[in-house]
Amino acid sequence: MKKSTMFDLLLLVVRRDLILAMRRRADVLTTLIFFVMVVSLFPLGVGPEMGMLRKMAPGVLWVAALLASMLSLGRLFSADYLDGTLEQMMLAPQSLSMLVLGKMAAHWMVSGLPLVLMAPVLGVQFDMSAQALGVLILGLLLGTPILSMVGAIGAALTLGLRGGGVLLSLLVLPLCIPVLIFGTGAVEAVSTGLTAAPHLSLLGALLVLALAFTPWVTAQALRISME
Amino acid sequence: MAINWFKYSAPTTFYGLAGKMIPWFAFSAAILFAIGLYIGFYVAPTDYQQGEFYRIIFIHVPSSILSMFLYLIMAGYAALGLIFNTRLSSMMATAIAPTGALFAFISLWTGALWGKPMWGAWWVWDARLTSELILLFLYLGFIALHASIDDPRRADRASALLAIVGSVNVPIIYFSVKWWNTLHQGSTIKFTGTTMHIAMQQAMFIMLAACWLYAIAVVLARVRSIILERERHTKWVTELPEVK
Repeated sequence: MKKSTMFDLLLLVVRRDLILAMRRRADVLTTLIFFVMVVSLFPLGVGPEMGMLRKMAPGVLWVAALLASMLSLGRLFSADYLDGTLEQMMLAPQSLSMLVLGKMAAHWMVSGLPLVLMAPVLGVQFDMSAQALGVLILGLLLGTPILSMVGAIGAALTLGLRGGGVLLSLLVLPLCIPVLIFGTGAVEAVSTGLTAAPHLSLLGALLVLALAFTPWVTAQALRISME
Repeated sequence: MAINWFKYSAPTTFYGLAGKMIPWFAFSAAILFAIGLYIGFYVAPTDYQQGEFYRIIFIHVPSSILSMFLYLIMAGYAALGLIFNTRLSSMMATAIAPTGALFAFISLWTGALWGKPMWGAWWVWDARLTSELILLFLYLGFIALHASIDDPRRADRASALLAIVGSVNVPIIYFSVKWWNTLHQGSTIKFTGTTMHIAMQQAMFIMLAACWLYAIAVVLARVRSIILERERHTKWVTELPEVK
């Protein structure tokens, strides 16, 4: 297969999934609203003291982003699985890993990117400094694609199972902990006057690692689930 | 003499072999536990820094080591089952998971009991403790995924993939005391020798061996049950004297 056709395929899958998501806008919005609501509950729960909120903000935003992305993962393959599209995709002569990568990319644009764009607004609510906000956005930009990609493995493994949603969180959340640690670590480093570079570099390394392996693993998982 | 190793990769023949091996492993595990605990509690001297509390390491360290090793062995068996489609390997992976989870739990629990007098806290968010907790979650995820898929073949393959992905965590736990200098102490026993008292060292190694033998015995017993359950429709199972 020529290289150009691989990327044509990738773009095709991304465009298709984005169009499908736009047809069902409510699904996209629920994830975003969930994110905003979870983050807004924390000041109500722990009290409005600004010093504490500023300290908590990166952790709260990251955990909320993690939970919000769990919420949307179930839909990654299930709709295509139910109407038989997934089966057709797997019969296609093109590489399944590439198709999966396209779906991951579309999932990130629909569920991860809005969170990244929303985060600064919420960060301001928590009285974060401009510098900390910048690092937070950078960290989320590097980290949320990893969540989509690692989550896709779990979504493929639990495809069509009863109680799949809860199981999905049990499988995926432990694997996402490193992302959470480095993501919040970067913001904390900046707030204490250190450089965020090592944390962001590690996040970048994780992103590259995930890009290299997760599409393939997810394709294998889909094959197991579909036989 | 040429031994045909593949003969025992069939559940039919392995069932009998495992049955013969279990008493040996169980018996030697019991003896070693008795010796190890005796040396640990009566012979080993009191630590000059940690007093009598340190004696918890005789169960804490072996169970931590085993929780990590068993995960790798489980992932290895799972990978074998996934790649070569051997039924017994997948059954072994399924049989190892509960024992591994138990050891991870014991490791965390004894660690908490040790942490309270030493660090003044049941739990600290230290790199090693946290990564060991993740290991427990990985075991639970493996067991839960396997349990929620009805078709045993798909369950084996799906959980195998999860086990392989999760094995990334094991080196992180192992090196966590080197990479992050947090509260948990570094390893005392190194390849270059140790600073431990000889009796402490003996007790620890004997307990480690005992835990290994116990784990093997329990896993073999469990894999026998799994073989019986999965092969219940076959002729050889119905002809077994214990089934009849």
